[in-house]
Amino acid sequence: MLDPNKFGTNEEITWCKGCGNFGIFVALKNAFDKLGWKPNDVLLTYGIGCHGHMVNYLNAFGFEGLHGRALPVATGAKLANHKLNVISIVGDGDQLGEGGNHFLHACRRNTDITCIIHDNQVYGLTVGQSSPTSAIGFKSRTAPTGTVEEPINPVSLALAAGAPFVAQGFSGDIKQLTDLFVEAIKHKGFSLVNVFQPCVTFNYLNTYKWFYERVYRLEDTSYTPNDKVVAFQKALELETKLPTGIIYKTEKPLFEESLPQIKEKPLIDQPIDNIDIERLFSEFR
Amino acid sequence: MIKNSVTWKIGGEAGYGIMSSGLIFGKTCLRSGYFVVDTNEYPSLIRGGHNTYIVRAAREEIFSIVKPVDILIALNKNAIDYHKDELSQDSHVIFDTDRISKEDTKVLKKSKLYPIPLISLAKESGGQEIMANTVALGATIALLDGDFEILSDVIADVFGTSKKEIIDINIAVARAGFNYVKKNFPGKISYSLEKQKNKRDLMFLSGSEAVALGAVRAGCKFFAAYPMTPINPIINYFAKNGPDLGIVYKQPEDEISAINMAIGASFAGVRSMTATSGGGFSLMAEGYGMAGMTETPLVIIEGQRPGPATGLPTWGGQADLKFVLHAAQDEFPRIILAPGDPEECFWLTAEAFDLAEKYQTTALVLIDKHLGESRYWSPIIDSSGYKIDRGFLMSEADQQKDYKRYELTKSGISPRPIPGREGFTFRVNSDEHSEYGFSEESAENRVAQMEKRMRKLELCQKEIPDPKVYGDKNAKIIFVGWGSSKGSILEAQKILAEQKIATKFLHLTYMNPLPQKFLEKFFGAIKKEKVLMVEQNYTAQCAALIREKIGYEIKDKFLKYDGRPFYPEEIVEKVKAL
Repeated sequence: MLDPNKFGTNEEITWCKGCGNFGIFVALKNAFDKLGWKPNDVLLTYGIGCHGHMVNYLNAFGFEGLHGRALPVATGAKLANHKLNVISIVGDGDQLGEGGNHFLHACRRNTDITCIIHDNQVYGLTVGQSSPTSAIGFKSRTAPTGTVEEPINPVSLALAAGAPFVAQGFSGDIKQLTDLFVEAIKHKGFSLVNVFQPCVTFNYLNTYKWFYERVYRLEDTSYTPNDKVVAFQKALELETKLPTGIIYKTEKPLFEESLPQIKEKPLIDQPIDNIDIERLFSEFR
Repeated sequence: MIKNSVTWKIGGEAGYGIMSSGLIFGKTCLRSGYFVVDTNEYPSLIRGGHNTYIVRAAREEIFSIVKPVDILIALNKNAIDYHKDELSQDSHVIFDTDRISKEDTKVLKKSKLYPIPLISLAKESGGQEIMANTVALGATIALLDGDFEILSDVIADVFGTSKKEIIDINIAVARAGFNYVKKNFPGKISYSLEKQKNKRDLMFLSGSEAVALGAVRAGCKFFAAYPMTPINPIINYFAKNGPDLGIVYKQPEDEISAINMAIGASFAGVRSMTATSGGGFSLMAEGYGMAGMTETPLVIIEGQRPGPATGLPTWGGQADLKFVLHAAQDEFPRIILAPGDPEECFWLTAEAFDLAEKYQTTALVLIDKHLGESRYWSPIIDSSGYKIDRGFLMSEADQQKDYKRYELTKSGISPRPIPGREGFTFRVNSDEHSEYGFSEESAENRVAQMEKRMRKLELCQKEIPDPKVYGDKNAKIIFVGWGSSKGSILEAQKILAEQKIATKFLHLTYMNPLPQKFLEKFFGAIKKEKVLMVEQNYTAQCAALIREKIGYEIKDKFLKYDGRPFYPEEIVEKVKAL
C-alpha cells in the first residue's frame, strides 16, 4: 500500500467510538489507494445520515446533498463528465427509504456509478428509529413494541431492478471490503455494495457479535456469481447466515454508451461559445 | 372591404388531427405574409374530448387572439353547439355534412354556411376519414382566396418525416377541399389570406419552443425533466434534437430526481436546466433550496397551470408567483424571471443561464400553458452580439492554488471550480458550511455564510434592467401586468387606442429581484391616474408583491382564474367600468 492517508482531511471525526462507519471509511481509502488514485481522481456524492459526514473526512471531490438524493446528483455529474469516477455514499434509511425510487432506477439505468450503502438497520443521526432494513421485532423509538414491516433486502432488490454488479460486505472485514470496493469500482456499470455495519449506539440487536456469528466469505466457498437465479437464492440467505462477497456480476451496455453526443468527448469539454442558432430557426418559418 | 384580421377556429373530437391542422393553417398564414397568433384548447384526455385550435391572422401586428370567431370549421356537432355563441357578426361556418345534419346547423342563424362532405372528399381523393381536417384546410384557403401552393408546401414540411405517399395523399385531399369550394362557393368574402409581402422576416413559434432555443443559444448541455403539461414541448425539442446539438436530455424517474440530476450536472461544470409545472415543482422544492445552499447554478422552467393538486392540467394561469418566490425552507437568493412572449422567452432563458452562473444560485423562468403552447409571430432573433457570461468559473490554471469554495467575498460570489481537475479537491455542502465547505454550525459562521449568500441578490438587483412601459406615456389609465398576460394587454391597448382611450402598460419580467428603484419612481409619480392590475390568479399575487416591496397599493384589479387566457375584449370592458 502506498499512502491511504492522503485521502483523509484534518476535520475531527464525530462518529461514535466503534461505529461501523470507520471500517467502511478505511476500506474506501484503501481501495482508492489500491486503484492508484489521487484525491482528485474521484467525485463522491453523499446522502444525509451519519454516513454523510464522511464528506468532511474524505479528501476528494465531494457533494453533500439531500436525504435520499445522492444517486440523482451522481447521475447528473456522470452524464456531464463521464470521465469522472463517481461514487455515491448512502445509508439504508437514506437510500432505501427516502431515495427508494432513485435506487430502483439507478439499478436499471446502468450508468457507471458505484453505490455504497451503509446498512446499519437503524436511523442513527435522528437517534434510533426503525429503518427499512430493521428486522421484524426490532424495538426502536418509532416501534416501541417492535418493527412490524418486512425488511427490505437491498441485494435482491438490486438484482430484481437489473443492477449488473451486486455485492455484500461487512464493516468488520476491512480486507474483504477493500477488495469488494475495488471490484465494484472497476466494474463497468452500476455497482452496488451493501455493507452491513453495527450501530453501536442505537442498534442493540445487530451487534458486532451478532454479525461475526453469521457472516461468511463467498470466496471461501465454491459460489460463482454469474447466475441471477442462484444469486437470488444467495441474496435471500439472511436468516442464520450472511454471505459476503460478490453476489452477482454481469456485463451490460452502459447508459452513457447510448448517447452519441458524448461519444467523442464529455459534455464538459464541448465548447459553448458561438453556437449557431440561426440554422435552428428554419423549422419555425 | 377586406377586413384587417381574421380569426379561424377548428373544433372536433381529440384524435381528429386538430393540433396539426392548426399548425399547418398558422404556418400557411405566416408564409402568406401575415402576422399570426394561435392557441389551442384541449382537455386532459387522449381521445374523445373536444379539442379546438384558434388561429388569428392579420395584416398588421397583433399580440393575442380575440374572442369573435370569423371562420369556424366544425368537424362534428359539438363544434357547432359549443362555439355557436362565439361567432362574429360576419361569420362563415364550414361543416362536415358526413357528420353534421342540416338540422344540427339550425342554431347558426347569422352565419353563412358551407356544407361540405369532408369525409367523402377525403376518401374520394385517396385519403381516409381522419383526413377530413385536411380537406377543411384546403376549403379554408379557397374561401379566403389564399395560395394553394403555400398550403401544399406547409403540408409537405409538417409531414416532412412521413413517407412521400402520405404527404402526396394529404396534399391531394387538401386540393379536393380547395376545388370543392372554388366550384360550389365562388365569390369573395370580406376576409382574405391573399398572398402578400410582409416587410418583416418572421418566425412562428411557441413560448416553450423559444425557451428551448434560448437554452440552446446559452450553451445548455444537460436537461433533466419529467413529462408534464405544459412543458412537454421543451422536452420534445431536446429529446429530438439533443444528439445533433450536443445536449443530453435525460428522462428521470420523478421530478425530485430531475432537479437533483440537473444540480449534479451543473456541479460537474456544464450549463444545466430542469423544467416542470407547479405540481412537479412542489416535489422539487427541497432541491431548489439545495441549489441555493450549495451555490450551484441552476435554471428551472416552471410552466404554470391552475391547481392546486392536479387542478386543470391542460389550462393556464399565473398563480405560482408567490410559490416560486418562497418555495423551499428558509431563505436564499431566488432569481425569478417571467417572459411575456416568445422573443422574451428566448432572451430571458438565455439570461437565466448567465444570472444563475454569475450569482451561483437558481434562476427560475415562469411561463404558463397559454404562453408555452400557443404560437406567436416573432421577428428572427439576432443573437450574434450575445456573449455567454459564466461568472467566476475558474480556469484550469486557477485551480492549482489553495482554495475555499465558499470564500467570504465582498460581492458574496466565490470563485467556482470544476471537479475532476488536477490540483486541489473541494466539497460543496447542503449542511451549513465553512468557507472550505466543511459542515460548520457556529453562530458566527452561519451569519457570515447567510449574509454572503444574500449579498448576491442585492448585487443582482443593481444589475437588472428597467421594465418596459408600452403605450402613451401621458395616459391616465395604467395597466400593470407580468409575464404571460402581456399579449392580451397589448391587444386591449390597441382596441382602446382605436376608441381614443389612451393607456400605458407596465410589464414586469424581473420578478425577483424587482427593479426596485424604477418601480418606486413609477408608482411614486402616480397621482390621479387609474391603475389596473391584470393577472391570472385569485389573490392578486403580483399586486401584493408590489405592495410589499414598493409600498404602493393597486386598488383596481382584473383577476381571472378560470384557466382561460385574458381576452382583450374583457380587459377593454374592465377599463370602461373603472
